[in-house]
Amino acid sequence: MMNSQQISVLTAAQRRPLLFRKLKNKVLSVFSLFSVVLAVGGMVWILCTVLTHGAQSISWEFLTSPSKPYGEPGSGIANALLGTLMMTGVATLLAVPPAMAGGIYLAEFGQGSRLAAVLRFCANVMMGVPSIIVGLFVYVLLVVSTGNFSGFAGAVALAVIMFPVVMRTTEDMLSMVPVTLRESALALGMSRARATLCIVARSARNGLVTGVLLALARVSGETAPLLFTAMFADAWPGGFFSRPTASIPVLINEYTMNSPFESMHAAGWGAALIICLLILLINILTRSIFHEKQH
Amino acid sequence: MKNNTKISVRNLNFYYGSNQALFDNWLDIPANRVTAVIGPSGCGKSTHLRVYNRIFELHRNQRATGEVLLDGENILAPGVDLLDLRRRVGMIFQKPTPFPMSIFDNVAYPLRLHYKLSRSEMADRVEQALRSACIWDEVKDKLRESGMALSGGQQQRLCIARAIAAEPEVLLMDEPTSAIDPVATLRIEELVLELRQRFTIVIVTHNMQQASRISDYTAFFYKGSIVEVGETSRIFTNPSCKKTEEYITGRFG
Repeated sequence: MMNSQQISVLTAAQRRPLLFRKLKNKVLSVFSLFSVVLAVGGMVWILCTVLTHGAQSISWEFLTSPSKPYGEPGSGIANALLGTLMMTGVATLLAVPPAMAGGIYLAEFGQGSRLAAVLRFCANVMMGVPSIIVGLFVYVLLVVSTGNFSGFAGAVALAVIMFPVVMRTTEDMLSMVPVTLRESALALGMSRARATLCIVARSARNGLVTGVLLALARVSGETAPLLFTAMFADAWPGGFFSRPTASIPVLINEYTMNSPFESMHAAGWGAALIICLLILLINILTRSIFHEKQH
Repeated sequence: MKNNTKISVRNLNFYYGSNQALFDNWLDIPANRVTAVIGPSGCGKSTHLRVYNRIFELHRNQRATGEVLLDGENILAPGVDLLDLRRRVGMIFQKPTPFPMSIFDNVAYPLRLHYKLSRSEMADRVEQALRSACIWDEVKDKLRESGMALSGGQQQRLCIARAIAAEPEVLLMDEPTSAIDPVATLRIEELVLELRQRFTIVIVTHNMQQASRISDYTAFFYKGSIVEVGETSRIFTNPSCKKTEEYITGRFG
C-alpha cells in the first residue's frame, strides 16, 4: 500500500529519458519526408518524361488533323481526341443518372437495410474488377452480338467503370450532409423526395459534381476496356454505333507499341502529353469547385 | 388551463429499438402560451418534443405508442397526413439549419410549398416573417445573398422566420439557443415572448433561467418520466416534488 505522500511527489529519477523519444520523433519525420520526396519526385519524373518527349510534337496541325495511315507524314490526333470526348461524354450520360439514383438510395432510403448492404458490396467488387475484364464483358455483349466494334461499345465499357465510383461518392457526399438539415426540411412539411433532391442534394452539389469529374478523369485515360470495344481507327469517327472509333489512350498504345516509325512514336508521346493535360485540367477544375464549397 | 388545450399527450411511450426512452407521459400544452420542458441531459425532453411533429420517423428503429392529440385529433394515428401535420406544427432545431439558397428563398420555401401566392404577396409575407423574427433590419439589403453567410444567431432567427412564414399553429423549439452566443440568445428569448401572442410554443431548454424568464408553464422530466408540471412561477418557487426542487436548486443535473 502506498500512502498519499508517495503518490503526490514524482522524482527526477522516475522520469523517462527524453533522448529516445526525440530520436523516434526524428526518425519518423525523416521517413515521412522521404516518402513525400519519393511520391512527388516520381510524379514529377513521369510528367517531365512525357513533357520532354511529347512537347516537340504539339502543334496546331497535330491537334486539328486526323491520324493518317502508318508512315504518312502530317498525321495528327484530332480524331482520337474527338473519339475520347465522345466516348467519355456518352459514358457520363449513361452512368451518372443511375449511379446518382443508386447513391441517393444508399444514403437516404436504404441506409441500414439488407438491400443497401448488398448493393454497396457489389459496388465495391465492381470497383475492384480489372478494367480489361470490363472490356471483355462488353466485347461479348455488344461487339460479338452486333458484329462490329463501335464507339458506343467503348462508351458502355467506360460507363460500367464509372458507375460504382459515382454511386459511392454520391453516397459519401450525401452522408456528409448533417441529419438536422434533412430534419428541418421535413419539419417544414416537405416530402422525403423533395427534401432529398431540393435540399440535401443541393447542399452537397459541389461534392456530387466533384465525384463525377473525378470518375471522368479516371476513365478518360482507360485503355484496356476500349481495346476490344471501340478499337482504333485512322479516320474521323464515322459511325458512333457501328464503326471502330479512335481514342487517345488506344492511339498511344498503337503508335508507341505497334509502329516501327519514329514519327509515330513522337506522335504517341504528344498524345500522352495531351491526355495528361486533360486529366490535370479536370483535377484543377475539381479542386476549384470543391474549394468554393468552403466559403 | 384545461379549457384551452392545444396539445394533449396521453400515455406516451417511446422506444429506440428495444430501449424505452419515455415512460407513460401525460401532458397538456395550453394554447398561446409558452411551455418549457426542462430536465437533466438524456432525460427525454427532446425525444418527447420530436413526437409532436413525428420527425422521429426519419430514423429507423424509433417508435412511439400512446396518443398525442392536436386539437383533439390523434396525430400518431396511421391515417394522419404528415405533410399537413408539419405545416401546422413547425420546429426550430438546436443548430441553425439555413438551406443552401438566398435569405429570401429560405423564408419563401415553406410558403411556396404550401400556398399559391402572387409575387407581391410572397414578398410581403417574407418581409413580415423576417420582421416577426426580428431580423428584417439586418438582412433587408441582402435578401439575395446566401443564408449560410449569416452569423449563427442571425441564422437561427432566419430559421425562426422560415418556420413561422407559413403560419403554423404550434412552434416546437429544441434548445434553440444552445449553439449561439449570449447576446443572440437574449434576442431570441425576447422573440419567443412576442411570438407567444400568435403561436403555441413548446421549448426544450437545459437553461433553467431561460425557462423561468420566458415560459408560462414548465414540465420537469426525469429519466423519461414527467415528474411535475405547473405554472412556471410555482415550479420555480414552490415545487411540490423533491426531485424538481433538487434539480432547480442545482443539486444535480
